[in-house]
Amino acid sequence: MDDTELRTTVLKVLGQVAPEVDLERVEPSEDLREQFDLDSMDILDLAIGLYQETGIEVPEQDYAQVVTVDGAVAYLTAHALH
Amino acid sequence: MAEFRMPSLGADMDEGTLVSWLVGVGDHVERGQVVAEVDTEKSVIEVETFDTGTVSELLVHEGERVPVGTPLAVIAEGVGAAQPRRRAVPTRTRPGTRATTTEAAAKPATKPAAVPLVRGAARVAASPLARRHAAALGVDLATVTGTGPGGAVTTSDVETAAHPVRPALTVEPEPAPVVDEPAPVAPVVPRSGADRQASMRHAVAEAMARSKREIPHYYLAADVDMAHATRWLEAHNTSVPVTERVLVAALQLKATALALRAVPELNGHWVDGEHRPAEHVHLGVAIALRGGGLVAPAVHDADRLALPEMMAALHDLVARVRAGKVRSSEYADPTATVTNLGDQGVDVAYPVINPPQLAMVAFGRVRERPWAVDGMLAVRPVLTVTLAADHRATDGRRGATFLAALDDLLQRPNDL
Repeated sequence: MDDTELRTTVLKVLGQVAPEVDLERVEPSEDLREQFDLDSMDILDLAIGLYQETGIEVPEQDYAQVVTVDGAVAYLTAHALH
Repeated sequence: MAEFRMPSLGADMDEGTLVSWLVGVGDHVERGQVVAEVDTEKSVIEVETFDTGTVSELLVHEGERVPVGTPLAVIAEGVGAAQPRRRAVPTRTRPGTRATTTEAAAKPATKPAAVPLVRGAARVAASPLARRHAAALGVDLATVTGTGPGGAVTTSDVETAAHPVRPALTVEPEPAPVVDEPAPVAPVVPRSGADRQASMRHAVAEAMARSKREIPHYYLAADVDMAHATRWLEAHNTSVPVTERVLVAALQLKATALALRAVPELNGHWVDGEHRPAEHVHLGVAIALRGGGLVAPAVHDADRLALPEMMAALHDLVARVRAGKVRSSEYADPTATVTNLGDQGVDVAYPVINPPQLAMVAFGRVRERPWAVDGMLAVRPVLTVTLAADHRATDGRRGATFLAALDDLLQRPNDL
């Protein structure tokens, strides 16, 4: 997946985790927890969703790297399965 | 014969709207089966029946709003106990014309008595629902002027007739905001977000005001070393697939459930001036809705769930709350409630008990703190847990025993 596809995937998963989020208005560099009041259950759901879409497991200690859209895209790019 | 009634889904609920029937006349139903969806002030809830048998009558239309305790359907016990009949739904009544308080609504906690058939009134033209309403409200149908088709007595007529005999001391709820709304077409359209939010705020306000008016709270707090629990969680979560990870909230719930079992005086309800400990631990979980509002449905038999089951139950409950798919028993029967504001950065919370429960437990944030261990200073993950308990039912000493048990359990995550 290229950067654009990964970005689309991250937003799609975010939309599943928090259906009320207006995906057009997501600030890609801002913490999703603060932008949309996501809690630890939501972050776990985000990790599960990213795994289901990409096959990449985000360990708990790396959660901090995927709580922004930009961060998640960078993380998935760096850990892409070859 | 058993009557399936509008359940009370919490101390703050006076009435509900039947959104849809999931069964029809002649269908066999099992105890615990979801048979209808009801819209309360807070959300749409799947309602389960307490009886096994055959549905012989549906008494309330989809879209009708009725007080708690109103019979919704008749269930004949046993398979094939009743001849399937045509759907006996009465003349549709207009919402907004009903009485807002009835005796049934005033006593939602007690088990409703069977409503006798009013044989003497059999000659009066009236719908089955109106007859039952009349019986429930103690109204003689012969004295009621019917305004329905052919002069038939409708539920509204019964309620109008019942109005003067209402108990004088019942608290009058706010009148329904919309009075002249036309009869809704079934299935009823769910209320808008803003509408829902306003009514949820109202429901929370009622329950919390009642709590602070009636319950003499006492509060106890303790700091708990979470090093063992945190290490256990890290090890567990690295060894399992992402889908099986456990959150600290699940550990807290399980430990709380076991501590409640150890100090059963805190688990149960205060009803009619009496302390009524519960046999099971149905642990309420406070879940914030994004966009505002709060609900606290129960995880059933929380003390008996293995940790992965507890995590699955919590995950499922949060998902269903946010999708509006909570079951009636989950709202109706929590025996104590847990809240966790740690994700929001709160160190210590002082919770308000959800009446008629006896206790509420609040977990704060797990944060690294200087901590003395064996005469040495260490840095440990620590959280503060607070117990709010009803002083009518227990004293601080029992509360202290509970907190000590909870601390002890959190030191042994392997045993949870």
